[in-house]
Amino acid sequence: MSMKVQTRQVDGITILDLSGRITLGEGSVTIRDAVRDVLAKGSNKILLNLAEISYIDSSGIGELVSAFTTVKNAGGELKLLNLTKKVHDLLQITKLYTVFDVKDDEASAISSFSK
Amino acid sequence: MADSTTSRVSYTLDSSLDSVNKIEQTAEVSAQRAGFDEDTVSHVAMAVREAAVNAVLHGNSYDPNKHITASFETTPESLIVRVTDQGPGLNPDTLPDPLAPENILRGSGRGIFLIKAFMDEVHFRQLHPGTELTLIKYRTPAQPGT
Repeated sequence: MSMKVQTRQVDGITILDLSGRITLGEGSVTIRDAVRDVLAKGSNKILLNLAEISYIDSSGIGELVSAFTTVKNAGGELKLLNLTKKVHDLLQITKLYTVFDVKDDEASAISSFSK
Repeated sequence: MADSTTSRVSYTLDSSLDSVNKIEQTAEVSAQRAGFDEDTVSHVAMAVREAAVNAVLHGNSYDPNKHITASFETTPESLIVRVTDQGPGLNPDTLPDPLAPENILRGSGRGIFLIKAFMDEVHFRQLHPGTELTLIKYRTPAQPGT
């Protein structure tokens, strides 16, 4: 199953609803292109909703990290929303859980972005 | 019910992402048949996928003239997976620590770390050319049905 992205705007924040697998190849490229498109359109406050991500491998983790640093270097913020247990555990093991700003409620996530 | 007999299956595959997916799926089925719980099945499948990615991407560099092999052996004690490539060889001692502060924001370099995190034993063997990774997950303490 490949990865799909749906984009929506809430209070100036771009939310990317991701579903499927973030793995080497298609999934990683899809997320990279999606973040790049958001930045190109002038938005740099991005919330990645991972609720429907069933699987992520080391390449996918790397892609999340790259997205995080790309957005940060562009002067923006990238946060993660609704981690599944698998993704949560992987971020814990790789010590990335404290690197990312992880939220489990969309409304509070939206309000946490700097205005 | 877990299968307590010894079984072995092996594949020779192209250096492609399709091969990675096939190996991952075979690992998942093998781990299920070995009687591991759901989380362990997931961990084994991920570790084996990472080994296959390593072989295809870093070992063979997607070279269509090179192949990878994957073997799955289930013994009463363990699930043993071996993945080989025909690449230049991998020295695990030279890999940077992905947890080190200077590496934590790198976009790659976590595959071998995850393999070691999820398996009970990981062995590297140089094949000249190529590398063989052996991944072992113990079935003991006894899984239900063994």
